[in-house]
Formats: sequence, C-alpha cells, structure tokens
Amino acid sequence: MHIIVCMKQIVDLTKIRIKADTREPVLEGLPVRFGDFEKNALEEAVRIKEKQGDVKVTAVAVGSPKLKDTIKEALAIGADEAVILTDPLFEGSDEMGTARTLAKVLQKIGEYDLILLGEGSTDDHTGQVISRLAELLGLAQVTYVRELEVLEGNPLASPRGKRIRAVRDLEDALEVVEANLPAIVSVTAELNQPRLPPLTAILKAARKPTKTWGPNDIGVTTGEVGAGASMITMLSNLAPTQQRKQVMLEGDVDDAVNELLKALEREGVLAV
Amino acid sequence: MSGVLVYSERESVALELATFASTLKRPVAVALVGQEAAAWAKNCFAHGAERAYVSTDPTLSELQADVLAEALAQITKQADADVILIGSTLRGREVAARLAQKLNAGCITDANGLRFEDGQLVATRYALGGNTIATLVIKSPVQVIAVMPQTIQATPTGDGGSAEIIEARLSLAPPPVKIVERRPKQAGSVNVESTKVLVCIGRGANEQSDLEMIQTLADTLGGVVGCTRPVSHDKHWLSEGQMIGISGKMSSPRLYIGIGLSGQIQHTVGIMGSKVTVAINSDKNAPIFKMADYGIVGDLYQVVPKLTGKLRLR
Repeated sequence: MHIIVCMKQIVDLTKIRIKADTREPVLEGLPVRFGDFEKNALEEAVRIKEKQGDVKVTAVAVGSPKLKDTIKEALAIGADEAVILTDPLFEGSDEMGTARTLAKVLQKIGEYDLILLGEGSTDDHTGQVISRLAELLGLAQVTYVRELEVLEGNPLASPRGKRIRAVRDLEDALEVVEANLPAIVSVTAELNQPRLPPLTAILKAARKPTKTWGPNDIGVTTGEVGAGASMITMLSNLAPTQQRKQVMLEGDVDDAVNELLKALEREGVLAV
Repeated sequence: MSGVLVYSERESVALELATFASTLKRPVAVALVGQEAAAWAKNCFAHGAERAYVSTDPTLSELQADVLAEALAQITKQADADVILIGSTLRGREVAARLAQKLNAGCITDANGLRFEDGQLVATRYALGGNTIATLVIKSPVQVIAVMPQTIQATPTGDGGSAEIIEARLSLAPPPVKIVERRPKQAGSVNVESTKVLVCIGRGANEQSDLEMIQTLADTLGGVVGCTRPVSHDKHWLSEGQMIGISGKMSSPRLYIGIGLSGQIQHTVGIMGSKVTVAINSDKNAPIFKMADYGIVGDLYQVVPKLTGKLRLR
C-alpha cells in the first residue's frame, strides 16, 4: 500500500511582526516549518504503516528551497521517502496551480492508494486544494476526518483491494463514511497527536531518499502554475485594526475590580 | 447579461447571499437541491432571487460535495451564471472549491466581507493564521466565492412577483463515498457564536474544577463560557464547539472577558467584533492586554471570585 502525504511549508506564524505604520506583515527571514494539520496527516500515515506493515509513505511538498531542510522533519517522523518541488516557477501559485502541480506529481508517482492532506493549511486555511485535486484526479474525497481506518476492500468494487472507514467532523454531526481506495482524505487536528521524532530517527532521516522534481520532470509550464497563472489578485494584506482603550488596572485587586465594574457600567454592557 | 447563482445547504445563508446578489443589478438565481430546499423558493424570491433551479434528485439528498459540485456546475450553465456565491460552511467550502475546479474558476473561501467596487467583486478573508486580512479579487471569467454565514444581513427586498421556479435538468452519477451513519451533535448546549457576553478561559486555569468559577462568572453576567484551543483540544475540559478563534468559533459579543489566556492571534481573531473587551492575566506583558479595553493585572484565582461577588451585589 502506498500513502502519499501532501505537506505545505509555512512561515512560523507566531513570529510574524506587523509594521506599525503600514500594518503590513514582515515575512522576510522568518523560520519555516510544516503546517499543523499536515503533521496530523503524516502521523496517521505512519500509524497505518506501523499497524499494517506493508505500507510505503511518501511525503510531497511544494515550496521554497528551504524545503530541503524542512522535509527532514517529515522523514524523521516516518515518511519513507520524499518528493520536493522547489523551482521558482511554482512560486505564487493559487490553489488551482498547487492542485495542478500535485496532480502531476501523483500522476508521475503512478501507483498510490491513499492521499492525505490537512483540512486546510495552517496559514491561509482556504481548504481548496483537496477538492481541486480530487476533481483533477477523479477521486473520491473525504474531508474533515477525525478517525480513520483502513480495511480490506470488496474485491469486486475496490480496485486497490482496500477501503477506508472514516469519521467526518461537521458542524452539526459526525458522519461515518466508507470509500474504496484510491481516495483523497483531509484530516483535522483531532485525528491524533503527532509524535516528536527521537534523535535516532532524525539522524536516520538524512539517509532516506529525497527526490527534487522540477517543472520538466512533471510536465507543467508557466501558463499552468505559479504567480502568472494565478486567478486571484491580492489588493492588500494588512493586520486588522483594533482600537482598544487599553486601560490597565494594576495594584489592589478590590480597587481594580471596582474600577472595572464602574467602567463596564459606563459602557452599558452589564445590563442582562 | 450573465447572472449570479446562489447556493447554501442552509436556508438562512441562502437568504443572506440572495440579499447581496440582488444588489448587483444582474439576474439572480438560487439553486435549491435536495428534498428540503424546494420549500425555500418563496423566501428566496422575497430576498431578491428571480429564479429558483430546483432538483429533488435523491442522489443529492446526502449533500456529498462531489455530487453537489457537479449539480451546481450543470445549474451554472443552465442559469448562465458567471458569479457563484456559496455559504462557507464546512460543506460549502468543500463544494465551492470542487465546483471552481470544474468551471476552471478562481475561488475565495471563508470570505468575511464582500462588496462591489469599481466594477468588481472584492472579498476579504483572514490570512496568515489570522495575523492579517487579505483583500482579494478573482481574475477568471467565472468566479466562485464562499461567504461565511452571517457576513451579510438577510433583508427582504421585493415581492418576488416575476419569480420563476425551474426544474433543473441534472445528470448525476452516484457518489463514490457511502455514508454509513450520521451522529448528530448535541445541538446548541453552549452557543458561543450569538451570545451577548462571552467569558473565555485559557491555559491559566490549573484544574478542570476551576472552570466552575469561570462558569459562575459567566452565569452572573448572563453569558456563556468559551476557551482557547489548549483547553478544549488538549485538555478536553470544554467541548470543541466552545473553542474561539481560527478553526473554531467566531463571536461578536457585547462584552468579552478573556481570563488566563495570553492573547495569541489564533484566539483573538475570533473576538475582533466584540464591543467591549476585558482581560485578566497575571502577566502584564501578555498580548491580550493590547486587545483589551480594560485590563486587570492579577491572579485570576483572586480576581474572578471578587468580580463575581461584586457583580452579584449590584
């Protein structure tokens, strides 16, 4: 069984500084890492491997050349090999460009049973790539999964011999679903607690194979991916304004609480 | 002139989107698919829709994203629409992206603002984990925009005199995913989204039993308790439905009180719309104080009981 985990490299969101005059975020020089939900996806793939044995896990990521380092974390957590795409041509892709790139990568990989992604990226969280990728590959999509099981398939209906049973987490209900493989699945943070790889695994990761594929390897051109092909124009991207009074009440607790109650009364927010 | 197509699996959201669509001075159609939705036509007409494309095809009854997206792609062509507005629920967001791919269209999900400006639709949404708000337009000839519920105020606009119900002609394959069971969640035990007063607790609480004190404060104020991610998702002291912020709930209460929480953007993004905000934290450098109208620097175990006590004496 071959599980592919698609991962996005993002900047460390807790380290973003906002320029006071323009409200623009400063993104240059920030450390990068993988998004949170992708780690849940990878953890699940590794757990399936540990449980079932005959499983290969491949991590796929598109991003800046820093991926050469970032990907080692995925290999240390337990991916058997990795495919990274760091060519500048892919930069600035919108969700369609990213889905096209991943679809081409998967077509080149050829044999796969299960594709796992996060329910959205931790930075922009548009949640679009899974749907677009499923459409491009003509696959069943199962989103917002918080429990996942791989089962033996019905030999007549399941071309890869296996099926999945998953619990989807929607606003108003949990939905238990089944699908034959190959299928594409997006996962939530509730699925598992990703492991912190031990030092031995980190050392071993350096010896695992990482392939770097460029546009020619997968057969995409400028018109299909990257900033030039993006269908979205960003007019601005600014920190939201919050004008708060920031009245600080320090010192004696009784005085502070009394002051607070007076203020809330003045604001007219205490009436039940 | 190409028109606007509106879809949501929730009637209230379909009405919100129809209200906005009717301001664009273009033909407005609504897609009503599944058994329940056919009954919404009259209400949609009252909110500005001129045509309703109705299908009770049983293949659509389970609201599976791939089948829904295919149905909407077919209705988009029948309705001659080039703007498709979808309610950005979890299902809606998923449908929007699959539809956009079918239509070779650009797509914006989770829009929390939408306006028509200089001849184009301009949407806003949170980006970079809530650190920023991105203002976006779609360049492709067909546009799909998924708008968060309650972004637009639903307003009856007309009498729906010229409205028309059209049977959608759909050709749909059965979904490849089989739904085995649906387990409804306990509805609305705590509604953090529409409360007037929201009291949030973070990592500062030492024990689960300490939440009683927070609940008592919320009760005294006629409000409800929400929390940051660690409280619901790591410690499981409160339900996941009470988590406020990115990938949780958004709330715009009259009064927000954040207790024992640092004020990470991932949380505070969920309370930006509050009228008055209060923070209680022992660390006077905690970022939550920058988000607060009033801040008390102190131990929550001292401040909260005093606050509750004095409120009761009022």
